[in-house]
Amino acid sequence: MRILLMGNPNVGKSAVFSRLTGANVIVSNYAGTTVEFTKGSVKIAGQHIELVDVPGTYTLEPTNKAEQIAVEMLEACKNDDIVVNIVDATNLERNLNLTLQLLQKQVRIIVALNFWDETKHKGITINLEKLEDILKVPCVPTCAVTGQGVKDLVERIKEAKPSSFKYDEQEKWHEIGNIVDKVQTITHRHHTFLEVLADASVKPLTGLPIAIVSLFLSFKLIQLIGEGLKGYVFEPVFKNLWSPLMLKLSFLLSSRGLIHDLIIGHLVEGQIDYGQSFGLLTTGLFVPLGIVLPYVFAFYVVLSFLEDFGYLPRLAIMADTLMHRLGLHGLAIIPMLLGLGCNVPGVLSTRILETRRERFIAVTILAIGVPCAALQAMIVGLVGKHGIVNLGIVYGTLLVVWFVLGVLLNWIIKERSPEIFIEIPPYRIPYLGSLSKKIYMRIKWFIREAVPFVLLGVLLVNVLYTLGIIQAVGKIAAPVITRILGLPREAVGALIIGFLRKDVAVGMLIPLGLTTKQLIIASVVLTMYFPCVATFTTLVKELGFVDMLKSAGIMLLSSLIVGGLLNLILA
Amino acid sequence: MSGMNENKQRAGFTGRRMSLARMRAGQRGKIVRMSSSYGIVRKLEALGIRQGEEIKKISEQWMRGPVLLQHGNSQVAIGFGMASKVLVEITGEEQQ
Repeated sequence: MRILLMGNPNVGKSAVFSRLTGANVIVSNYAGTTVEFTKGSVKIAGQHIELVDVPGTYTLEPTNKAEQIAVEMLEACKNDDIVVNIVDATNLERNLNLTLQLLQKQVRIIVALNFWDETKHKGITINLEKLEDILKVPCVPTCAVTGQGVKDLVERIKEAKPSSFKYDEQEKWHEIGNIVDKVQTITHRHHTFLEVLADASVKPLTGLPIAIVSLFLSFKLIQLIGEGLKGYVFEPVFKNLWSPLMLKLSFLLSSRGLIHDLIIGHLVEGQIDYGQSFGLLTTGLFVPLGIVLPYVFAFYVVLSFLEDFGYLPRLAIMADTLMHRLGLHGLAIIPMLLGLGCNVPGVLSTRILETRRERFIAVTILAIGVPCAALQAMIVGLVGKHGIVNLGIVYGTLLVVWFVLGVLLNWIIKERSPEIFIEIPPYRIPYLGSLSKKIYMRIKWFIREAVPFVLLGVLLVNVLYTLGIIQAVGKIAAPVITRILGLPREAVGALIIGFLRKDVAVGMLIPLGLTTKQLIIASVVLTMYFPCVATFTTLVKELGFVDMLKSAGIMLLSSLIVGGLLNLILA
Repeated sequence: MSGMNENKQRAGFTGRRMSLARMRAGQRGKIVRMSSSYGIVRKLEALGIRQGEEIKKISEQWMRGPVLLQHGNSQVAIGFGMASKVLVEITGEEQQ
């Protein structure tokens, strides 16, 4: 027996899934958060049952890939399987279209009317008994984000049954209209502040300033939280608590030798220098936890809030015209924003785009021009010291590259790009519980993914240097590195390690004592030249090997051109 | 089409027919015909947006950007091209 959660996009299927299984899935306030089905297990009456979070669909006659998956999963239903049809209670008419189609399939169904709490604010009253009478399946009110009603849903899940409700397919919408008339009453009410704000966010005269202000505030907030945490919490902890411990350990290891250099690294004037020591327990921990984590945390606090509030699809509307220049439409702004945190979820979310061509353009410019939070934290730390203007040059260059490359790809790969088509959810005040859970999940994911790779990177740096490999490759690559990019030949080490972790790679630049100009070029080239291994494997999975090769060719070529140009232009 | 004609068309008297793309933000109208491609008509219909339904235009963007429409309690953003293939009969207008 299995339980399938099915419903329109953005009705809270993932929220119900997360409530039922306790599993960690990302829940946001826009359509298409779940691009692949997720499986989990739920315990009902002492029995473990498989639960599947199916991608949202408006209809069982699929109009895109996600809907196709949903339909195939329904077709594979066995007799004792149960479909929990999650319905947006504030949009009964639109949602009943899918419900009626599901009832036709003669599978066991129970309906959950989600966003039940919101119906009250919207002046909507739904008569549940009448609805159950008509549909002839159980109907349960829920508010999945807060968890209200979910217990009732679990208790009544066994009551799910095939419905004997019949209707004429030709008269479907007429039938739906009849049902809605019978069960729902709407009382008039005034626009709420959130609704007024929602409308203002999508009108050009007010929407553009809102977009600019909210993006600016987001960056300021990320900077404030990130710098604050780093300066007042993480750095003091490393300096005052961790350093003394490491010095003791260094003493115990008699301050030298292979093991000592691997674990502690080189002492600078008898002290730990987290930028230069390059030991596993010093630089290896300081980079991911001391520098990167504060910014990753800050980024996800802000992004998660914007997601849950419902701003991203509105930003997509405002960005649509711009994105069409790149052969994409407005929704492509969402993968780009996610990519600013980590390129992997960014690449995965390009599945909300319809065609292969769009996805190729989107992932290529994402991997080249969108630095992840870890890389940004290091760049901000290193280049920021040399003045905000120089940091501006790095970001400005990447933005220009991102845009120009998109325009070029759009021009080279000639094909009409599809137009935007997305339901825009209402603004919702994020529920603190689910918001903090999402941030916690993302941080946990970051630590689990980043720390081992950073440690591996630091280990590899030591091994490659000891074996003289970096020096040898440096000699071969010297003409490119020194002549075209104007960097010292040792910088090749950063390019090698950058494939593993780009934050470690930037860290490797610190001991080289680069000039400001070299730092700018190195930061830009490191961002552009090739994706890190985590993004690389995701790209191969998403694009296939051949397209990945094409994409990688574009990356290498454009980073050489841009790095070379910067070397010529910058004084 | 000349600028004057366009202005006249956009004047938006009740009962006038025009494409969703030409409607003014704030106007309401009944869908008379959708002549987009089959796939897009199906997508719209899956959301309940179909011939005879009343919709309201919430916003439009500069340079032929997307159109946001409201149907019932839900809002849908569609491209300018799609919007220009939805013929609407104006039924009323809200003060902006």
